[in-house]
Order: sequence, then C-alpha cells, then structure tokens
Amino acid sequence: MADVFDRVKEIIVDKLDVDESKVTLEASFKEDLDADSLDVVELVMELEDEFDMEIADEEAEKINTVGDAVDYINNLQG
Amino acid sequence: MLSGKTAIVTGGSRGIGKSIAIELAKQGANVVVNYAGNEQKAQEVVEEIERLGVQSIKVQADVANEEQVKEMIKQTIDSFGRVDILVNNAGITRDNLLMRMKETEFDQVINTNLKGVFMCTKAVTRQMMKQRSGRIINVASIVGVSGNPGQANYVAAKAGVIGLTKTTAKELASRNILVNAIAPGFISTDMTDQLTDEQKEGMLSLIPLAKFGQPEDVAKVVRFLASDDANYITGQTIHIDGGMVM
Repeated sequence: MADVFDRVKEIIVDKLDVDESKVTLEASFKEDLDADSLDVVELVMELEDEFDMEIADEEAEKINTVGDAVDYINNLQG
Repeated sequence: MLSGKTAIVTGGSRGIGKSIAIELAKQGANVVVNYAGNEQKAQEVVEEIERLGVQSIKVQADVANEEQVKEMIKQTIDSFGRVDILVNNAGITRDNLLMRMKETEFDQVINTNLKGVFMCTKAVTRQMMKQRSGRIINVASIVGVSGNPGQANYVAAKAGVIGLTKTTAKELASRNILVNAIAPGFISTDMTDQLTDEQKEGMLSLIPLAKFGQPEDVAKVVRFLASDDANYITGQTIHIDGGMVM
C-alpha cells in the first residue's frame, strides 16, 4: 500500500498548487500552504474520495495540519 | 443552450416549478423532478419532458430532510453523472394572522421554504465544487422583500432565502458557482387561485403592468440565470412582479 502521507501529499500539491517540498507533516494548511477555509473543506472532500471514507464535520474541523489529516486516516485504517 | 446539463427542480411537479422544469428541458437540459407527495403529477411532468427529447427522472424527497436530500443528489449523479443547475423552488404556505399563527404553522413553512433551500444547496455544493461550475437559483418571493399581512412565516422564510442567496453567492463565487434568487410577484398558479376575486382586484391595482404573471414568465428568467448569458451575475434577487415592488 502506498504510504498515506505520499497519497495525501499528492492531493495537496494538486489541489493547492504548492511546491511538494512545502508539504511536511507539520505544515498548517492555512498558515503554511495558503489555503482558505473553503480550500480545506475541498481538500477533506478529496481525501474522503481518495480513501473511500467519510470524515464527520466535527472531525474535519480539527484537521489543521497535514499531519492531522495523515493521523486521522491512519487511525481509521489501523 | 443547456444541452448536456443536468438540472434539479425541487417542487417540480406543478405550478412555477413545473414550468421551470419544462423550460429547462426545452433548452436541452436533463431534468430531475423532485416532488413531496403527488407522484402522479410528477410522472406527468417527467413524461412531458421526455417528449421534448431529453431525459428526466422523478425523485420523491422532503427538502427539509437531510437524508432524503442526500439520496436525491445521489440518484441524480447516478443517473446523469453531474449536477449543473439546482432550482430551489419547493414551497408551502400556511397563512394566518400573526396573532393566530400556531408555532407548527410557522415551523412547517420555515422548514420547507428556508431550511429546505439550505439542505439542497449544501448537498449539491460538493458536486458543483468538484465540477468547478454550477448555478443555484432560489425561488424567493416578492413578499420576502415587501412583507405581506397574514404571511409572517412565509415572508420570514422568503426574506431568509434572499439572505441565504447572498451568503452562498459569496462563499462559492471562487469555485464558479453562481447563486441568484428570483422574487415572483402574483403569478397565476394553484397557490393564487385560492384568492377571492376581491383580493385579486386589490392586487391588480398595485401592479403597474396591470396583470398577473404566468409561470412561463418566471421560468424564462430562470432559464436566463441558468445559461451562459448570465455568467457575470451572482448574489442578485430579480423581481418578476410586473413592477409591483421597485
């Protein structure tokens, strides 16, 4: 299975049009990757499709960094 | 003009909604006819649309019920693969003087006429964001602008729809989703047939064009707002009222 982080990174690079090197686990979507609130909503939608799962609104609101997203997906799949 | 596009019209089995559904079909759109209770009427509209050479399905859903609305959008995407146009038209009236209006009458109208718009918009936005395009047209009412005695619930809901339209337009503009409202005045439908002759004459005296509108008058504005001709219009409320409220 492709590493979750790599798959998440690919989506972020594509959706937010940012350089791959900026997408670290610590990177904050809004502060480091220039995403606005709607971008984050959209990103969560993409992740739901990619990983075939549903992220509840309450959970989605807690996803602020790339690491948050990766952890969430790993926990769900673990 | 709209060929290859998919439209959902809530409350599309009769009245203004039916007229909108048929007008969009005439322009080549495939149409999902949503209805609440009258399956036979909805089926008649579907058949009328199919005779125009486009596809149509009917979907029963209470627009204020999140699960049913989600299912409706899912069925639409399963059938047509996309959603380009959402017309939030479903509406009910429970008229009464404020002093006599029951809480249930207020709640029912707010649920269908305002919350229903929120639910359908929310459910369809996901698909439209992915497509990077979409048109949402909310059927408000001129009384949502002017107020009207005996309709505290209806007016509150329709004024709410106008505010919701503006916010949705601002939130989704960056994704090329355009959101507008229309505010029909007195349009001849089942809803206005209930008025007495005296009431009708009173209304006519307030309308500069001195006649009631027809459902087609409304449908043609919706067709325009759904088309590429309206590419630079969002967040607006278009009055279709013979000049009654300016």
